[in-house]
This record gives sequence, structure tokens and C-alpha cells, in this order.
Amino acid sequence: MSTTTHDAPVADEVGPEEETNYLNHETSVWSWLTTKDHKRIGVLYCVSLALVFLAAGVLALLMRAELSGSGETIMGNNTYNQVFTMHGILMVFLFLVPSIPAILGNFVLPLQIGAKDVAFPKLNLASWYVYMAGAILTITALLTGGVDTGWTFYTPYSSTTGGGVLWMTAAIFVAGFASIFTGINFIVTIHKMRAPGMTWNRLPLFIWGLYATSIVQVLATPVIGITMMLLILEQTLQIGIFDPALGGDPVLFQHFFWFYSHPAVYIMILPAFGILSELIATFSRSRIFGYRAIALSSVAIAMLGFLVWGHHMFVSGQSAISSIVFSLITYLIGIPSGIKVFNWVATLYKGSIWLQTPMLYALSFLFLFTIGGFTGIMVGVLAVDVQLHDTYYVVGHFHYVMMGGSVVALLGGMHYWWPKITGRMYNETLGKIAAGLVFLGFNLTFFPQLVLGSRGMPRRYANYSERFTDLHQLSTYGSWVLGAGLFLILGYALWSLAYGEEAPANPWGATTLEWTNVAAIPDHHNFERTPLVTRGPYDFHLADEVFGGGDGAALGDDVPRMPEPAPDAPSEDSAETARA
Amino acid sequence: MATQTAPAPTDTDDDHAHPAHLEHHFVSSKQQFDSAKLGMWVFLITEILLFSGMFVAYAVFRQWNPEAFVAASSTLDQLWGTINTVVLLTSSLTVALAIHSIKQDKVKACVYYLLSTLGLAGIFMVIKYIEYTAKFEHGIYPGAAFDPHGVHYEHLAGMAAAPQFFSIYFVMTGIHGAHVIIGMLVIAAIAVMAWRGSFSSEWYTPVELTGLYWHLVDIVWIFLFPLMYLI
Repeated sequence: MSTTTHDAPVADEVGPEEETNYLNHETSVWSWLTTKDHKRIGVLYCVSLALVFLAAGVLALLMRAELSGSGETIMGNNTYNQVFTMHGILMVFLFLVPSIPAILGNFVLPLQIGAKDVAFPKLNLASWYVYMAGAILTITALLTGGVDTGWTFYTPYSSTTGGGVLWMTAAIFVAGFASIFTGINFIVTIHKMRAPGMTWNRLPLFIWGLYATSIVQVLATPVIGITMMLLILEQTLQIGIFDPALGGDPVLFQHFFWFYSHPAVYIMILPAFGILSELIATFSRSRIFGYRAIALSSVAIAMLGFLVWGHHMFVSGQSAISSIVFSLITYLIGIPSGIKVFNWVATLYKGSIWLQTPMLYALSFLFLFTIGGFTGIMVGVLAVDVQLHDTYYVVGHFHYVMMGGSVVALLGGMHYWWPKITGRMYNETLGKIAAGLVFLGFNLTFFPQLVLGSRGMPRRYANYSERFTDLHQLSTYGSWVLGAGLFLILGYALWSLAYGEEAPANPWGATTLEWTNVAAIPDHHNFERTPLVTRGPYDFHLADEVFGGGDGAALGDDVPRMPEPAPDAPSEDSAETARA
Repeated sequence: MATQTAPAPTDTDDDHAHPAHLEHHFVSSKQQFDSAKLGMWVFLITEILLFSGMFVAYAVFRQWNPEAFVAASSTLDQLWGTINTVVLLTSSLTVALAIHSIKQDKVKACVYYLLSTLGLAGIFMVIKYIEYTAKFEHGIYPGAAFDPHGVHYEHLAGMAAAPQFFSIYFVMTGIHGAHVIIGMLVIAAIAVMAWRGSFSSEWYTPVELTGLYWHLVDIVWIFLFPLMYLI
């Protein structure tokens, strides 16, 4: 209903030009570099991470180009080793781990819980600078000879090769602190900064996802920090912790590494789950099915995620008992993940599904993540893993989870919150085309890799035998479609910044506070008044009478102090909604 | 419903003078203090996990090479270790007393307690320096430079895992020492601020957080001391 826009806290109609918002209340470059505003820090992160994603994505396209035929096509073996290593490191440590929390978490979290900012704004800004320091160290590593160890830095190779390894491990050590700072900030913000009435059971599920993520970030990241530190000391002082030539144990490195890097997978996927709950609820216009089950399954995954790292080491010579236990706990992770998927599907059931671009990404996620999850169970099976370990099957599996899961959810979330972040609408038609290209291109790229792996194609090779040629070429064509989709998104996103239609305060008719109680472009201080929360986050079913029709009569105040009744989808699209 | 609106802060609060320390995004001093304290606790958890990686390395190598570890560990000076433990425990007491004093607005006492903490931390580092140089003199270095000589150390030369013990010893006590030095810098800064009258019973968050951090430094040592020196 159109009442939504009238009741928005700030009177849009009076004169948009004179109003200040977080984007225009200060405009100098210096004001951006010294900002403590969580929204601006989110935007800073968005720009940095987009550049990293672009660089790492171009590397992926180059890799696929090299693999378009067997033998040497566009680069030599050593170059190929460096390219896949950089692709992995950039994507994992500098893009996926910070991505959703640092961009969307920073921007949305205080808005969704009704806070003016995160608990420690200076620490938040410091997090971005520390991240940038990590990025600079990464570039230093490239300039000092590059890295060809793979993103996992397995010893003894990593502790004995020179070149940029030292700088790269330092970069990961440093970038880890950015992650820790974000995690500390979010945990404290969610505990202490919620608006009155925002109880734990009224938290939007994106917040629950971020909360679980932050727990993992805080508990796991220090371990990669000390691992990288020990690796650096091993290179400089030759202390023998990991290198067998010095009396160390390379398997110990793998334990340390995966103790972080497996939970890191949940750092990537848990906030994606959070985004998905928002998208599914908003675009099927129904209350989320099994709110508590979804919320607590995130926490369960965060906890169980710490107990499965050994499934990366089934063929590294760990004891059979450990392998069996790790394998069992790996199956257990399937339960909370399954709970989520079933709850989302149950939310869709009998909902009024509105197929806007973010919803297309959400549906893609359901499909791709399910494949990623099931192939994950496959490689968690002890006997099967011996066959599939270090093959393209594993590559396909984790791309289905990391890209098909995290990145697709991030894209959905970016489209969903784009109007709130920029105040502009993107082009819906192009958005749908791009979502289709991404979905098609992704499957075309990575499904052949699952087949390749099951037929024995090992990962990290620049060359392959003739019988794999067809599937490799299919995968390469897929990467072009995927790349075209992603560049199309970049194109229309930039276009919308300059020429996009101005966004209303709540274009999706969503019910969480950042849409109902915040201006179209948020004010510097987020809320005109701190909201008073009187309902759950997805109460689309509640009728007007519960909220007194939204006329504010119960308050005797011209500025509403509580969230609007859950709004309907915008009326101009109602025809479309009905069709869906 | 009207009663529920009461706690919500409104902009009219700006008419009243805010306490100088209250940042704009917090509703009350209590919220700010609780947030800072929770944040510090979470940070301390990350510190514990940082050290836990090294404790695991210690446990693994000790499990595999018990004889070498016992032999190497017995060359550490238990007397200096014990003195350092007492020194560090006392410094934890003084920092706790500093917090206690500032809560009662005894600024001067707070400053003196902070300075004694600083002094005790200095003593700890001096003793650590004496211990390190005594080891270096006999060729006990971390890593490749390990070359034990002298009556009490020669028997280590033949032990395959002795360098591991000293690598772990130097890395762990070194990183712990780095934490002590960072703590000393922070305590010095806090003492100066306290001297200038920045803190009172109204607002002493930095003192409290520094104290928490210092207790962590202490507790890590409490685990390091028996593992390295005694068993």
C-alpha cells in the first residue's frame, strides 16, 4: 500500500535536494577515507572487493583459456601455477571471506537492528585499512616473484620456495585481522546495540547469519594467523615446526591450515544463508517458515564446522579412526544445511512469488547450493574421497558452494540492497538477463568439471590427455558466458549510478527496518528516531488492525515510532505479482 | 505500548549535556561500557586461540619426543622462571588495584598502581633478557642457528628434537614477550591519561580494558611456566 512511502520518517516530498543523506552530507575524498559511518565503510569495502573480484575473475578466465586445448595454449606451466594460485588466494582470502559481512553486513546490520552504527566505528574503519594493507602485501608478493604453492601453502613446498611466499603469508596474516575486527564488531553490535523491542527472536535472519559468521571469524582466524606466523618464522629462522627437513611435521601444517580454512568456508556461506532468508521471505511475501530452525541451524553449522577439518586430509596419512570420525561429523553438517533448504522451499510454498532479479538469484542459489552440498557429502565419504581427492570433482564441488552459493547470494543481496545503498534502481530487464547468464554460464563451466573429476582429471594441471578435451572446452565456453553475465552486471550497475531511476524508500515492500524506517538513501545517523520494534521481521501476514492501520493514532505523535505494518508489494507491479 | 517507548532515545536528549566520553551512537554510558567490555572479552578469546595454536604444536612435539623435551626443558632456569611468575602475578594484582582505585575516584592511587604494574612488567622483561642471553651464550638459538655447547648443554646436540623444543620455547615466550611490551606501552599511556585526570568513577573503561588484557598476558604465562620449565 502506498501509505508506506508517506509514513517514511523523513519527508521525501518536501525537497530532496536540500536533504542530506549519508552520501552527500560530506563529499570530500578525505571524508570518505576517515569516515566512521558503517554505511560508507561498507561502500569502501564494496569498491575494494569489486576490484579484487575483477582481478581474480580475469585470472580465472585466463586459466580457462589455457585449458581450452591440451598442451600449451596461452601460457607456460609456471605461469599457470602462479595464475591458479593467485586466483585461489585472491578469491578466498581477499574476496570471499570478507565479501558479504564487510559489504552488506557493514551496510545493513545496524540498519536492520535499529542502531545508529556498529559498536566500534573506529575499529570498523581500521578493519578496512588493515584489509588494504593485506592487499598491498599481496601486490608486493606478486612483484617479488609471485607464488605458485596453491592457495593452501602446503609445507614443505611453501616453506622452502622463496619468491613471494613470505609476503603472501604476511598478507594473509594481516588480512586476518580485518576479519577479526569485523567479527568482534558484529558480535558486540548484535548483543548490545539492538533497538528497544528487537529481541533475539525478532532479529532478521540475515543478522543471525552474520552472528554465526562472526563467531567463526573470531574463533578460527587467529589460528590461520599463528600458522602463517610460524610459516614465516620457518622461512626466516628455519625453526622446524612444519618442514620435515628441519624435524617438523607437514601434516601438522595441514591440521592447522584446515582448522581455519574449513570454518572459513562457513564464513563464506553462513552470511549467504542469511541473505537468502531475506530474499525468499520478501519475494514470496510470506513469513519465513521455521524461523528458529533457520536461525539456530546457522549457529549449529558454525559449531559443527569446527569439527570437520580432517576431511581435507583423508589421504594425508591421518589415522583411520580420525578419518572415520571426521567423515561422520561431515555428514552431520548436511542436517542443518538441509533444514535450511527445506525451510526456504516451505516458505516459497503458497507464497506470492515475485520474480524480481534478487529472487532469481535466490532460486539459483537453492539449485546450485544443493548440488554443492550433495557433492560435498560425496567427497566426505571415505572410500569415494580416495578416488575423487585432488580431482576436478573437488574443484567443481567447492565452486558450486563458494560461487554458486556465496557469490550468487552476494549478487542477489547486492541487487536487493542496491536501491538502499545507492538510491538508484538498476535496470530490471538487464538484471534478469544477467542472472540467467550467470546461472547458465556457471553450470556450463562447473558441471563438466564434476564429470571430468569423476573420470580422473587431476586439479592444478596445465595440461591433460586428449580424452578430456571436449569437457574442458565446454567448461571454457561456460566461463565466457559466466564472464559475460558478470560484466553485464558491472555495466548496468555503473550505468544505474548515473542514470538509474531514483529508488523509493521501500521498492520491494520488505518488512525489515532498513526498508520500513529509513529514508530512500539512509540518513547519516540512519534513523530519524530510534525505532521501537513490536513485531517479527517477516510478519507479512499481520493485518493492519494489529498496527492500528499505520495512522499513528495510538501514539499521538506525527512521527511514527514503530515499524509500519508489513507492506504489500508495490502496486504498480501487482499485475506481475498476480501472474506469478 | 507507551511505556515501551520510554527507553528509546530521542533527539531532545541533546538539550542535556552528554558526558564527554559518550559517543553519539550509544544510548547510555552503561551501554557503551558493556559494549567495550564485551568487545574486549571477544578479543581476548582471539588471543587465546592465537596461543592455542602454539600450545598444540608444543603438545604434539612433546608427545613424539618426550626424552628430548624433558632434557631440553631441564636446562631452563627454574629459579628465574619462578621469580618471573611471582612478578607477573603481582603485576596482575596491582593492575586490579588500579581499577579498584579509579572506581573510588582515587586518581593518585590509580596512577601509582599503574606505575608499579609497569615496573613489574619491566622486571619481567629484564629477567627474560637475562634468561635469553644465558641461552644464546651457549649456542641455544631458535631454528637453524641451534648449536649447543658448554657443560650443561652439550648433551642436547645429539638429540634430534631438542631444536624443536627451543624453537617452540623462543617463539612462544617471544610472542608472549611482545604482548608484555605492548601491554607496557598501553599501561604507560593509560597512566599518563589517568595522571591528567581523564578517568573517574564515571568513566574508566580504558583502565578496565587494559586490566583485562594484562590478566590475559598473565594467564598465558601461567600455562607457559609449568609446560616449559617444570614438566
